[in-house]
Amino acid sequence: MSADVQLENVWVQFGDFVAVREASLTIQGGEFFSFLGPSGCGKTTLLRAISGFQDPSRGRVLIGGQDMAGTGPNQRPTALIFQNLALFPLMSVWENISFALEVKGVGKNQRRKKANELLELVALPGQGDKMVNELSGGQKQRVAVARALCAEPEVLLLDEPLSALDLKLRQHMRTELRVIQQRAGITFIYITHDQGEALTMSDRIAVMRQGVIDQISDGTTVYDHPETAFVASFVGENNFFPGKVSKIVEGIASVETKSGLLQARVSTASPVSSGDEAIVFVRPESIRFSNGEASSNYLEATVTHQEFEGHFWHLVLQTDSGSRIRMSVMNDGDSETQAVGSRISLSFIAQAAVVLAKGELAAE
Amino acid sequence: MMGWLRWFLARNGIALSLYMLGAVALWVIVMIVLPQLFMLDFSFRHNWQQIDPSRMGGPDDVYTFVNYHFLAFGSPNNPDPFNVVDVTVFFRTIVAAVFVTLFDLALCYPIAYYLAQVARGGKARLLVLSLIIPFWVNELLRAFAFRILFGEEGTINAILLSLGILNEPVDFVREDVALYAGLGYAYILLMIFPIYNVVESLDKNQIEAARDLGASWIRIHRRVVFPFAKPGITSGCTMVFMLSAGALAAPQILGGPSSLWFTQIIYQWFNTGSNWPRGSAYAIVLMLTCVLFVLAVMRIFKVKIGEIGR
Repeated sequence: MSADVQLENVWVQFGDFVAVREASLTIQGGEFFSFLGPSGCGKTTLLRAISGFQDPSRGRVLIGGQDMAGTGPNQRPTALIFQNLALFPLMSVWENISFALEVKGVGKNQRRKKANELLELVALPGQGDKMVNELSGGQKQRVAVARALCAEPEVLLLDEPLSALDLKLRQHMRTELRVIQQRAGITFIYITHDQGEALTMSDRIAVMRQGVIDQISDGTTVYDHPETAFVASFVGENNFFPGKVSKIVEGIASVETKSGLLQARVSTASPVSSGDEAIVFVRPESIRFSNGEASSNYLEATVTHQEFEGHFWHLVLQTDSGSRIRMSVMNDGDSETQAVGSRISLSFIAQAAVVLAKGELAAE
Repeated sequence: MMGWLRWFLARNGIALSLYMLGAVALWVIVMIVLPQLFMLDFSFRHNWQQIDPSRMGGPDDVYTFVNYHFLAFGSPNNPDPFNVVDVTVFFRTIVAAVFVTLFDLALCYPIAYYLAQVARGGKARLLVLSLIIPFWVNELLRAFAFRILFGEEGTINAILLSLGILNEPVDFVREDVALYAGLGYAYILLMIFPIYNVVESLDKNQIEAARDLGASWIRIHRRVVFPFAKPGITSGCTMVFMLSAGALAAPQILGGPSSLWFTQIIYQWFNTGSNWPRGSAYAIVLMLTCVLFVLAVMRIFKVKIGEIGR
């Protein structure tokens, strides 16, 4: 069973502070949906509004078409996995997992059986009699998932549950969670500030900024077709060149910037007009070495720093006008390294860059 | 031990070290161990000082169980098979102290939980102040105030009568209600603060997780909060039990005319009875029984002694 979740014009206010502003969206049943945003953007508050720990100041939360106003967290068809997991330290693993059944008055043998099934599901067979503090971080993670699934929720809410794990385990758990979600066939709503998690696992992502949802799309759209300056700068690395739109021809805008005339595609979802203050965004991997001067999208810069990351070289460059550029070069075997201090010419194609209205950028 | 001493001296300097060691030694030896040893010694002696001082230090001044024997069986011409009055009072005191302890636990657990997990900032501070400030009133004054409150002509009777709940006044003092209320009230802080200390360290997410999984408030407390608070509950209960079993002023003032508290009997032996050896024996029996009782209860509830200190 999976239920869809609808937010209708949800606001959450704490005194004068608006934590969530006018959130309206529909999450489909069975979808893996992520809220992505920096800390303090209101995503956890929104999750608490869905789980029932926080009443919205205005608006409605509907789960499976039913208005949840007045329904407490213990009555909702949701289960929440906490950031710190909040496993019960004084209970054994199997008691933790089957707690939702204990609440319903299910007998011990049946609870034990269900706990064992769930331990199989999360790949921890035979660990039921251990105490929680005997488990490793990744194992606790799985127990938390099993405990939530035992409540047979229609919607599983996850509040940055992977943030305490180390990188390798985190990457592994991403795949794992996705598999569990597909096997359980229920709606997952995932909160994270880690764009890698959001991009790899989600069907759709809502990018949040200061209580506002900026964009809702699937991962590739969020990455390739950002609709606001914030989304462009928060999701993935991006170079930005502020300027003024001088003209638009066939979906390609020419923008006067400090670094010269740059051409970039106009976003169809949030187009700019001629004369607007705008920002040109170019991904580091879209910038190429150039061997000849061109009339536009041509930059000259000095290498100030370089990092080697295995499959990529990351170069940090400085243009003559003072802009900082990040550039990624695939380590494909015959790419040459650039010494710090050397001058190089760069270019990018207009289709690989996007121009968006001037707006708030994500903090570095 | 020598290694620790050297480390301690090096760390604090000679003067400070000697002061600290001296103060601790003074406290432990002079204030705790020696007086109790004297009492223990007294409890095994005859009361020659009062009966026949000339026999003190003589061949008759030997160790004896006569005082313990008296507590159990009374005087030689006692017709009963055991010392009915003293033994009954003794057990009634223990049972009453248990009752006071449970009453305090029931009263203080919700308050401690509220303080630790629900109340915030100003409200919490106000509540703590309103718990502490009444204890500026001294014990005797408070006990007499309770007498006025619970007396036959007291405030409570007046209210109940005027509301028509009672037809004729109830003597709460005679019924020992005043005594239990007075004892219970006297030790609430000793129950609240240990529980508060522990519950405050309980992660709020644990409570929310249990609630999210469908648990009612009762189950959340039974399965999550209460087991977590067990060390605090134990230390609170231990203190309240020990102090109520050993209380003197409250039973003296609030106790009904027919109900004695065991401490009052002890007090009588020391004071009006001028029989220190017998008083000591009684006091030691009370102390040992209380200690053994507490240890036994801790055993039943699987609490280790070390957990109390947390």
